[in-house]
Amino acid sequence: MAAATPAIRSPTASPRDWLVPLVLFALLAAVPLLAKLGPEGFILSLMTRVVVVALAAMSLDLLIGYGGLVSFGHAAFLGIGAYAVGILSSHGIEEAGPQLAAAIGGSVLFALASGVIALRTQGVYFIMITLAFGQMLFFLATALSGYGGDDGMTLPGRSLLFDRPWLKGDAALYWVSLAVLGAAYLGLRRVTASRFGRVLRGLKENEIRMEAVGFEAFRYRLVAYALAGAVAGVAGFLLANLSGFVSPAVMSWQRSGDLIFVVVLGGLGSLHGAILGAAAFLLAEEVLSHYLEHWRLVFGPLLVLAVLFARGGLVGIGRGRGA
Amino acid sequence: MTEPLLRLEGLSKSYGALRVTDDVSLDLRPGELHAVIGPNGAGKTTLVHQISGLARSDRGRVLFAGRDVTRLSMAERVRLGLARSFQIISVLPAFTALENVAVAVQARSGSSFRFLRPARRDDALNAPALALLERFGLAHRAGVPAALLSYGEKRQLELAVALATAPSLLILDEPLAGTSHDESRGVVEILRALKGEITILLIEHDMEAVFALADRVSVLVYGKVVATGDPATIRADPQVRAAYLGEEAA
Ligand SMILES: Nc1ncnc2c1ncn2[C@@H]1O[C@H](COP(=O)(O)OP(=O)(O)O)[C@@H](O)[C@H]1O
Ligand SMILES: [Mg+2]
Repeated sequence: MAAATPAIRSPTASPRDWLVPLVLFALLAAVPLLAKLGPEGFILSLMTRVVVVALAAMSLDLLIGYGGLVSFGHAAFLGIGAYAVGILSSHGIEEAGPQLAAAIGGSVLFALASGVIALRTQGVYFIMITLAFGQMLFFLATALSGYGGDDGMTLPGRSLLFDRPWLKGDAALYWVSLAVLGAAYLGLRRVTASRFGRVLRGLKENEIRMEAVGFEAFRYRLVAYALAGAVAGVAGFLLANLSGFVSPAVMSWQRSGDLIFVVVLGGLGSLHGAILGAAAFLLAEEVLSHYLEHWRLVFGPLLVLAVLFARGGLVGIGRGRGA
Repeated sequence: MTEPLLRLEGLSKSYGALRVTDDVSLDLRPGELHAVIGPNGAGKTTLVHQISGLARSDRGRVLFAGRDVTRLSMAERVRLGLARSFQIISVLPAFTALENVAVAVQARSGSSFRFLRPARRDDALNAPALALLERFGLAHRAGVPAALLSYGEKRQLELAVALATAPSLLILDEPLAGTSHDESRGVVEILRALKGEITILLIEHDMEAVFALADRVSVLVYGKVVATGDPATIRADPQVRAAYLGEEAA
């Protein structure tokens, strides 16, 4: 029936497309209020972490879910963003502006340099080479003895905004992080629906088909890679401010693996799935580690079960079957 | 004599010890429909890959519109007007029929490094795409994901996609394979209408269609062009009868 009408105006944003993301953001917006009912500082810090991890995972969804590019080195950008804060503030530059510029600029440069090589490969080679670049940066960070080396460094304080400690309060940092996540969500939604996003999605579907109509796969993927890197770099900036501490551990390969897991768990190719995934992942980790000494023994199998039984991710459950 | 639109000079390609195309030279005149026939495994598809840039040639040159394109990528050649279809169907399965064509229109209309406006609602892309679907009688299937189209419809969709790139040379690798009788009649009619408008290199097994449509026919056997000429001459050529039409009878 539906097929009988030519879809010149193909499915515009249906209310359903917006319902789940709206509910998610509304819930996140209610967090500071709800936090007052419990251990406020703890709840805010945990939920800021959820928001920041969701931001990084959302940018990874652009690569995996929309571009079919399974990057196993995405935590490198978290590291670049975090070290931009750490290194600059150790030189007395505590202003957020230059720190963010360094986080984004450094991430884009690293994405371009590593992407030029990694994007020449496909499939499992791409996974391995992004992992290798991530490890390269990890070892570079451990070798930065002037900036704490293996041990990392404690930040003098949170970044300043216009010379003022606007980010000092836990609620303030949470709101800023949530605003960034909201902006990233809206921005990435537009990007994935744009001409550029359509090319990226088409390349995931069938690369040769896209080249046979005149698109050079490499260029579009490189731009997507840089864009995703920039967003994750901002997440790194926020993460450093949240933990007040920067160390090579932020960009370990385990972190990259966690990010992949979060997007897959939440549901690939939806963007807001990253929020669900981050919340489920971090809350499960928190709860299990609180009650069980050997919680990792339980966490691992739980992750496996979640992936097996929530095909299409957590977003897919609401839709009945993965879309 | 007019300058050929496509000139192949001594194209060769081997896979290991197997010489799949062997010193193929061929000229395509502007506006002609040139058919290439030959038994299975003769190297026709490999030749299409070499012309379109999907496969690198070991030796030889490809000249398109007077320009040496041998070292250009497939995408670059398409943007110059050299489009192709695939023997093994190649569509974007999760995209609707309309979007499959619209993305090809997009490839030739302005930059695709545009990040904000929704592409699906861009009538500058949708309108020409829908017109092409109409031409193939697929307009009523515009909103259907390509994966759900019938085999014959996918073949037609692929033709629409190739035409959407606005080619001056269209290479079709067995466009009738697997289509129903009605569908293949429809495609033959479309090819007849395209004749003269654009230059076509047609790889096809359906002899009835080939001899009805082609201005000239080349015969490829074991990677070599053994004969080129008008349909009547080719039909009568004893070497062709032995090597190719003979095999058909066997
Ligand atoms: N990628 C490849 N690797 C190895 N052998 C190939 C490859 N592609 C084609 N061939 C071989 O080359 C020969 C010609 O194949 P093809 O060009 O598909 O012929 P046709 O289209 O005329 O049937 C066949 O023997 C085939 O097995
Ligand atoms: Mg073939």
